[in-house]
Amino acid sequence: MFTFEELKRSFLVSIWFVFLTFPIMVIRVDSIEKTVQWRWMNMVYVAIGSFILSFVFRYMMQRKEMKSEDNGDGDKKDKTGRSFIHRWLADPKYRNAILGSLLAAAIIFPHVFSTYQTSIMTTALMYVVLGLGLNIVVGLAGLLDLGYVAFYAVGAYTYALLYHFFGVGFWVALPIGGLLAALFGILLGIPVLRLRGDYLAIVTLGFGEIIRLVMENWGAFSQGPSGVSNIPRPSFFGIDMSLDTALVYTYYLMILLVIFTIFFVNRLQDSRLGRAWIALREDEIACQAMGIDKMKTKLVAFSLGAFWAGIVGVIFAAKTTFISPRSFTFIESAIILSIVVLGGMGSIIGVIFGALILILLPEYLRALSEYRMLAFGAILVCMMVFRPQGIIGSIRRTYTYQNRKKADGEVS
Amino acid sequence: MQQPILQVSGLTMDFGGIRALNNLDLDVNEGEIVALIGPNGAGKTTFFNCVTGIYAPTKGEVDLYHKEKNRVVSLLGMKPNQVTEQGLARTFQNIRLFSQMTVLENVMIGRHCRTKAFILGALLRDKKTMQEEDEIIQTSHEILTKIGLQRYENEIAENLPYGAQRRLEIARALATEPVLLLLDEPAAGMNPQETIELVNLIQEIASEGQSILLIEHDMKLVMSLSDRIFVMDYGKKIAQGTPEEIRNNPAVIKAYLGEEVDA
Ligand SMILES: Nc1ncnc2c1ncn2[C@@H]1O[C@H](COP(=O)(O)OP(=O)(O)OP(=O)(O)O)[C@@H](O)[C@H]1O
Ligand SMILES: [Mg+2]
Repeated sequence: MFTFEELKRSFLVSIWFVFLTFPIMVIRVDSIEKTVQWRWMNMVYVAIGSFILSFVFRYMMQRKEMKSEDNGDGDKKDKTGRSFIHRWLADPKYRNAILGSLLAAAIIFPHVFSTYQTSIMTTALMYVVLGLGLNIVVGLAGLLDLGYVAFYAVGAYTYALLYHFFGVGFWVALPIGGLLAALFGILLGIPVLRLRGDYLAIVTLGFGEIIRLVMENWGAFSQGPSGVSNIPRPSFFGIDMSLDTALVYTYYLMILLVIFTIFFVNRLQDSRLGRAWIALREDEIACQAMGIDKMKTKLVAFSLGAFWAGIVGVIFAAKTTFISPRSFTFIESAIILSIVVLGGMGSIIGVIFGALILILLPEYLRALSEYRMLAFGAILVCMMVFRPQGIIGSIRRTYTYQNRKKADGEVS
Repeated sequence: MQQPILQVSGLTMDFGGIRALNNLDLDVNEGEIVALIGPNGAGKTTFFNCVTGIYAPTKGEVDLYHKEKNRVVSLLGMKPNQVTEQGLARTFQNIRLFSQMTVLENVMIGRHCRTKAFILGALLRDKKTMQEEDEIIQTSHEILTKIGLQRYENEIAENLPYGAQRRLEIARALATEPVLLLLDEPAAGMNPQETIELVNLIQEIASEGQSILLIEHDMKLVMSLSDRIFVMDYGKKIAQGTPEEIRNNPAVIKAYLGEEVDA
């Protein structure tokens, strides 16, 4: 492994990295003192770091290649390639124990941890639902949507503006926000879903930006860049709640929504419609030749995904009590998409893990939050190379017939 | 003279300046195995694509006859999924399976156009939906058993051996309950053993009354299976008739000049 050739390659890689990161890592302009700092030590760190990483990377690549050469035998997983989590969940004894303790943990969480922790957890749960919603569109139906945040914005602004203009309350706004987002999904979907792959991605990205720009510039309607403030928190039969109580209440609301979403998506993906989505993702032409209406199936996926974004949007507006166009930039879409890709496209458990990792880690590793996007990029590239199916990939379920009952693999 | 189940007349398809199909007539009667042959690039696959709604033909008529309803439907202008719903199912020359789904699920997709459950049914899992779901699983299982793929049922489709993948395409098409089954080079790339098994399979399906229109290059297979043969070259029909007639047709021999026509 340590041949001269290898050393030379790693050396070149590290030189290249030093060159690329020079402007951000080494030079620092202090705009107050009007001086330039030269942080030469950083250059050394980058050089050594990238030198070692390039070795690790190539070692992993080699291992991966070796694995794909002798796959089949010597492979400890069972044939369907399911991970240990799937095997645990397939066994009802384990499943009930796991789900039960998870639920218990979720319920006591706000009473054990601080308000700050609960708030972060609530945000993470919101991204779980957003991830699961986008998972319908990207993971199941295979439609690359880069403007998902637009539907999130529609939901948030629905509540904010309905309250602002008509004094509509949270519980009324919640379904309206979801339905309006779904309607936007259909309206956008009709012209756009004819496009495929990259083209669809670009158009949806544009749509996401359009919604944000409209909100930014249509001052009379949306109060422009300054945003809408004083949005009321979720209400509970009109009872007055302190800030902390309201937060805990929102947290429980999110737990309920997460459970409902999991139930919803799980049943959907395991149905005639869910199979049609996956078939559509696999091969559009064959799918049509099997009698599946392409447009209708895509539209349903698109608008259902939008529906969840709308719902979470309403809750987001209620939780933060203030929204502005800046909450709905492309970065949001990118984060949600990363959750789906990182966690495992089409896999519910995977998406949940993805959301918790991507949202909680940066919160707790505050020091690293500056390099968050850099880390995202690096992680995603590595995932695509080494584990394209995501942390926890989806598995196909199996069926048996003797008594016409279905076998294992309920959740995937 | 009985009413043909598929009646194509004057079918023409232009791609820019290229006339891939030129005024083509073709018919298939109930219970028949009809073969469509011709040299590479003759327009056979294009014919399938026009009939199944993937391409919109420049000109012509495509009529499908439903015997039990005693009704003729024009397939022209229909979307591919509507054509399948009407009763025309096909396989593809380049295998197009849902490669990440299991074998059983691939066949279950074929049941899509014969079932109804939608969002609400999926969520509520009411009795009707579950019955339908059971029906889908059961029927798909039976079809796989008939095709001889039941031992692969829970395998991911792309892990199947090549020959089995081709058979799976047939199984999937059969699941849509077609009036007429279109097979685009079902034996392509198969070894002799697999080809023999395929011939048996097609004969078995046909013996149950399934009408079949197939494209094939393997002359031995075509001659032994078909009731009638259509030959085309450069988008035109150059001959039609029984295998005997085709074998001795000078125009056919000329079109295949350089290729052996023995059986
Ligand atoms: N989408 C298309 N656009 C332009 N030309 C096409 C298209 N599809 C087919 N053609 C042309 O139509 C002609 C017929 O092609 P087709 O695929 O139908 O031949 P084929 O008889 O199926 O041949 P093979 O035996 O090789 O499968 C060819 O000249 C091909 O280049
Ligand atoms: Mg062809």
